[in-house]
Amino acid sequence: MIPSQPEVTPHLVAEHGLKPDEYDRILKLIGRAPSFTELGIFSAMWNEHCSYKSSKVHLRELPTTGRCVIQGPGENAGVIDIGGGLACVFKMESHNHPSYIEPYQGAATGVGGILRDVFTMGARPIACLNALSFGDPNHPKTRHLVSGVVAGIGGYGNSFGVPTVGGSVRFHSRYDGNILVNAMAVGLAETDKIFYAAASGVGMPIVYLGSKTGRDGIHGATMASAEFGENSEEKRPTVQVGDPFAEKLLLEACLEIMAKGCVVAIQDMGAAGLTCSAVEMGAKGDLGVTLDLDKVPCREDRMTAYEMMLSESQERMLMVLKPEKEAEAEAIFRKWGLDFAVVGETTSTRRFIVRHGGAVMADLPIKELGDEAPLYRRPFVEPAKLPVIDAATIVPPMPIADALETLIGSPDLCSKRWVWEQYDHVILGNTVQRPGGDAAVVRVNDGPTALALTTDVTPRYCEADPFEGGKQAVAEAWRNLTAVGATPLAITDNLNFGNPERPEIMGQFVGCVRGISEACKALDFPIVSGNVSLYNETNGRAILPTPSIGGVGLLADFTGSATLAFKAAGEAILLVGSSQGWLGQSLYLRDICGREEGAPPAVDLAAEKRNGDFVRDLIERKIATAVHDVSDGGLAVAVAEMAMASGIGADLQAAVGTRPTGPSDAAFWFGEDQARYVVTVRENAADDVLDRASTVVVPVRRIGTTGGATLTLPAQRPILVATLRERFENWLPDYMSGGGGGVPQGKG
Amino acid sequence: MKAAVIVFPGINRERDMARTLKLVSGRSPAMVWHADTALPAGIDLAVVPGGFSYGDYLRCGAIAARAPIMDAVRAFAAKGGLVLGVCNGFQILCEAGLLQGVLMRNARLKFICRNVYLRVERSDTPFTRGYNAGQVICVPAAHGEGNYIADADTISRLEGEGRVIFRYTSPDGTCAPEWNFNGATNAIAGIVNARGNVLGMMPHPENHVEAALGPTDGRALFQGLEVHLGRAA
Repeated sequence: MIPSQPEVTPHLVAEHGLKPDEYDRILKLIGRAPSFTELGIFSAMWNEHCSYKSSKVHLRELPTTGRCVIQGPGENAGVIDIGGGLACVFKMESHNHPSYIEPYQGAATGVGGILRDVFTMGARPIACLNALSFGDPNHPKTRHLVSGVVAGIGGYGNSFGVPTVGGSVRFHSRYDGNILVNAMAVGLAETDKIFYAAASGVGMPIVYLGSKTGRDGIHGATMASAEFGENSEEKRPTVQVGDPFAEKLLLEACLEIMAKGCVVAIQDMGAAGLTCSAVEMGAKGDLGVTLDLDKVPCREDRMTAYEMMLSESQERMLMVLKPEKEAEAEAIFRKWGLDFAVVGETTSTRRFIVRHGGAVMADLPIKELGDEAPLYRRPFVEPAKLPVIDAATIVPPMPIADALETLIGSPDLCSKRWVWEQYDHVILGNTVQRPGGDAAVVRVNDGPTALALTTDVTPRYCEADPFEGGKQAVAEAWRNLTAVGATPLAITDNLNFGNPERPEIMGQFVGCVRGISEACKALDFPIVSGNVSLYNETNGRAILPTPSIGGVGLLADFTGSATLAFKAAGEAILLVGSSQGWLGQSLYLRDICGREEGAPPAVDLAAEKRNGDFVRDLIERKIATAVHDVSDGGLAVAVAEMAMASGIGADLQAAVGTRPTGPSDAAFWFGEDQARYVVTVRENAADDVLDRASTVVVPVRRIGTTGGATLTLPAQRPILVATLRERFENWLPDYMSGGGGGVPQGKG
Repeated sequence: MKAAVIVFPGINRERDMARTLKLVSGRSPAMVWHADTALPAGIDLAVVPGGFSYGDYLRCGAIAARAPIMDAVRAFAAKGGLVLGVCNGFQILCEAGLLQGVLMRNARLKFICRNVYLRVERSDTPFTRGYNAGQVICVPAAHGEGNYIADADTISRLEGEGRVIFRYTSPDGTCAPEWNFNGATNAIAGIVNARGNVLGMMPHPENHVEAALGPTDGRALFQGLEVHLGRAA
């Protein structure tokens, strides 16, 4: 007998985010009206965030296997083999909606959630990264959001004790009402000691571990599956509150009981808390699960079954333990001061039964809760191709030197030191390359191997051409890993889009996924984990399509990684890759000319591979002395960044404008053609490199020489490197302190 | 050097510290749990590492200072044993009454992780014999509450008795507000007790010890201790 709590009305069904046809599906599935608790469980399992109902059919196109892949998508995190009996476990996940409503806690619990995903699999976290998108700097909420999100990421990761080594920060008015907080965590485990969610064995005790359950976060996942309106702040109670101290204890306790061989299956309680974790453990193991909610440790009095099943209180785990090891596991958890309670058992019935106060509050078919979630092939329209901008028609509004100074001090290109200095990036003593380079490099244990890590995407390209933009996001991650000398291995993707019920948004999604898929295949760069965040819209205005890519690469010897800083005066500066001078969707066109227009640069994946392999070889043979990939802002910005990182200037000689067939000077220096790197080599090595390049048909040309205290572009006034640095470093601190800042000329 | 590293729940730089002690002395330190009541017999250095003991809830170091093991650390210090507290360890030693003063929120109220420059004020302590007086070293700081403060009498006594061991300066050793990033009184980064056997410091020498990862200026602190303890033994 299932007691009827509030009556299930069409209004209540709608409030749970379930569409009428989805409710009909529930009625058909269970043959009766669901109880209030059951309705809550369905809404938790069938929302977009947990069920991937709009995205699943397209995600199946992604390449998820490869030589190094141990575990692809579908588990808490992806797992790849990095040699020496070790595995790298990693994933990126969004916490967008909560971070907009309550930036500190939203971002903090985003970090907590992704760390838990990694150590649930038996891995000790060794690094975090993130990808942040904020609204226009002039929007009244932006400062508050930047400040809160950065403090929240730092507050959680610093206390937990993992270095936050890299990431990206961008600003655009399309994120005014929906910021993006994508957090990535990376951990290490032994390849033969990976833990999974699937329960096995009938009559096994299901154990609840970690913090107590409270009323925070109820319906968090449902919120993350809806658009925002005018009153989104009212959703604040759905945001969880993080406790990094509890998470640190949970980490140590979990790794300890895993090492002692106590664990059969483990699943963290993330989105949709107890519901999602219990259902997944049972469904993946082809078993039923019975929960007794009277045993669940609660932080608050008189919690109902509905509240307990939907709470998203943080720092909790569900496990199936070996019965003979239960006492040992409990002692370890008690030592760490954490709650430990047997709250249920596995059954052979494949039913999900929830008891509370002696009554059955839910009795549902467990496989169907997951597998029979609605699956949509939503209609989509591909966006019209935008015209290719003829660089010759762009009249430079200012001299190149002035444009360079302006771009270097612009919101998207300026130094993000103000952000990453709030993250402990040196803890654990393995950070080889700190934030600010192309990719972070983190030593694996005592070496000699190291992991290279990066997050990338260029949303304005994705908006202009989802397919090319999707390709570009993957290619840039691959390029950034290559630029430090790493062999790119695999990626995690975090796909952030608007409302999928709108065909043009679905078109962006489908295009980006196809582009990502194509690039992953061409670059042998499989996807092993990921997350989809849809409904990033406010009042019908969607974010820029933002498929963040988190890339992982491997260095055989961490001491051989390349950095972007010039190393000495008098070295040859070489440009690898060919330059048409592509200005469509470039930052030069947007921030200097005030035009957000045109088709984005095309990505030639064969050229990416060829050019990247050539550069990696130069690094491995210790011929390259400095390496930097060319991306946002183009060649001039790349060279300026190399100069600023070292304090050494450069004299650039490539007089491209004099050639009748070449691009204009501005297009050459600021064009965002892909598959390019700037590399320095010793003067006496330059000719050999150019010869070798022509043998293997990689376009390489010399563009200048390092040295002096100024950066001099052809026919331009010299710019002091110190002046560039000042502009580069000052924009963000000035902006955040409420003074200075503002937006560069040309941008509305 | 036979060291013990105290582990409180929420401490997170104990591995960094243990690794550095092993690197310099060849010997792994004993890891001592907060609920224990005694230090291992025969140790000659007790280290309270960095982190967020008990989440830094209530007040940094306040709960850890009252943990069972701290009575043993106090007794060890009272007998002249060397005690090193880094970052949260410094905060804990202040809260435990082994050092004077308190660490407040950084002047700009933000957690800051960056390489900082420290002028070594004295080289005649067990902790700094690996350095020259006046030498400037580069080590990373990573904290939100490192703004050292004490009443005027305590400050003048610390200064008068030469108990300020490390000060935030420019790379060439000049004191200036822009280099005193957390706003500490007199740019104080590290102090010793009156007897000179307990050192607390905010920055992390244990994170700058390997050439392959960058500067190694932190190493001499541990090498100096190794030499000092080798002679004492």
